Amino acid sequence: MNRVVITGMGIWSCIGTSLDEVRDALYGGKSGIIFSQERKDAGFRSALVGNVPKVDLKPYVPRNLRNFMPEEAQYGYIATKQALDNAGIDEDFLATHEVGIIYGNDSVAEATMQSLDKFRQANSTVACGSGAIFQSMNSNITMNLACLFKLRGINLTASAACASGSQSIGLGAMLIAQGLQECVICGGAEENNMYGIASFDGIQAFSIRESEPEKASRPFDAGRDGLVPSGGGATVILESYEHAVKRGANIIAEIVGWGFSGNGDHISTPNVEGPARSLELCLRNSGVDPKQIGYINAHATSTVIGDRREAQAIAQLFGQRTVPVTSTKSQTGHEMWMAGASEIIYSTLMMKNDFIAGNINFEKPDEETACLNVLPETKETHFDMFLSNSFGFGGTNSTLIVKNV
Amino acid sequence: MTREEIIAEINAELAEEFEIDEAAITPDAPIYQTLELDSLSLVDLIGIVQTKYGVLISKAELPTIKTFAQLYDYIEQHQK
Repeated sequence: MNRVVITGMGIWSCIGTSLDEVRDALYGGKSGIIFSQERKDAGFRSALVGNVPKVDLKPYVPRNLRNFMPEEAQYGYIATKQALDNAGIDEDFLATHEVGIIYGNDSVAEATMQSLDKFRQANSTVACGSGAIFQSMNSNITMNLACLFKLRGINLTASAACASGSQSIGLGAMLIAQGLQECVICGGAEENNMYGIASFDGIQAFSIRESEPEKASRPFDAGRDGLVPSGGGATVILESYEHAVKRGANIIAEIVGWGFSGNGDHISTPNVEGPARSLELCLRNSGVDPKQIGYINAHATSTVIGDRREAQAIAQLFGQRTVPVTSTKSQTGHEMWMAGASEIIYSTLMMKNDFIAGNINFEKPDEETACLNVLPETKETHFDMFLSNSFGFGGTNSTLIVKNV
Repeated sequence: MTREEIIAEINAELAEEFEIDEAAITPDAPIYQTLELDSLSLVDLIGIVQTKYGVLISKAELPTIKTFAQLYDYIEQHQK
């Protein structure tokens, strides 16, 4: 089996649009959450959202190609461009090597709605526009990026709800480990417009702490009352260790294992057993003892039940109040399809810069999250290995372990 | 609409949609090159004409529209 390493990272999020900016935001405990009057006026129960800047792709992508790209593909593009630059991979390299892409995405709401609105208004399919068919497919990110970056390897979208980004990295790592690909672009992106999550707001899953947007996302805290939606794009470049060494790449970290599981249970309410099996499989596949893990980046989204179940699963494998745990969603909100990838980047930035970002807004646990060692404030510390959880609707679970190199 | 009104409106619309300088749109300028149309983005031109004027340019007549003047003619003759 080949070793799998990360040689490039790119991020476009509500806490920063460059690696340096995001590193500083993590360290400083910055919140990216705001109140959106537009959402309130539109009828949202909770108008809280991650403040993700729009992307201006005009300097990079001509109109006729940009026309195929909905919001999530634009985030995916800019994050991937950054990651390729960070990895030292240019057009010549892409033209002479078989590079693949596996990217997480699980909604195309705004683009689909807009084109169908035009269709119904004009009673004409032509009115949808030439980009609509491409924009309204769930694989729009991988189809656009593969064409724009001239990728000739695997071309696949991972749709696994809020585990999509993590599953894409796990799948990419597996292909490289098995020798089927040498280099795969992995990541996740999430549209951040209100149409993508209007129905999610409808099931009352979001925090309603609208008077204090920066305090609304509070994973594991006893006062949590729901998640805060966010979005953006996050990309990592995965390569086999040999491939990276051969081309003289800067090796950032190593993916040492992936674990996954299905709950086989309720569509939205998680259990303990499913996530615990994902953690267990990841540790087993990695050949890693829990004591070697220096930090856990939890999936914890700030929902009452979800955080409890994850806390119990972590404690089952790691014991009571042992390894430091935080959820970066306390700062970013829930980046959903992007989260599994962005949280690998957040955690790697911490590992490379010797700190663990505090779980902001954590004041006191409830009786079931008290089993964890949640760090409320940023701590300067060295660690060489972390574990990152991502869980999604339908009971899809994914866990990755990443090692310092 | 008068021909002048059609020209003013469609030129502005096309310049915005295809992200070109409106000054490049002159009666004798070639539509395909000026708007950088390909087989897909051509659909957007057809869509704009249909949405704005209720005029659906038929596939058979499409090849006869090569300049902006010919496009104005077509809209003027077919508008409802």
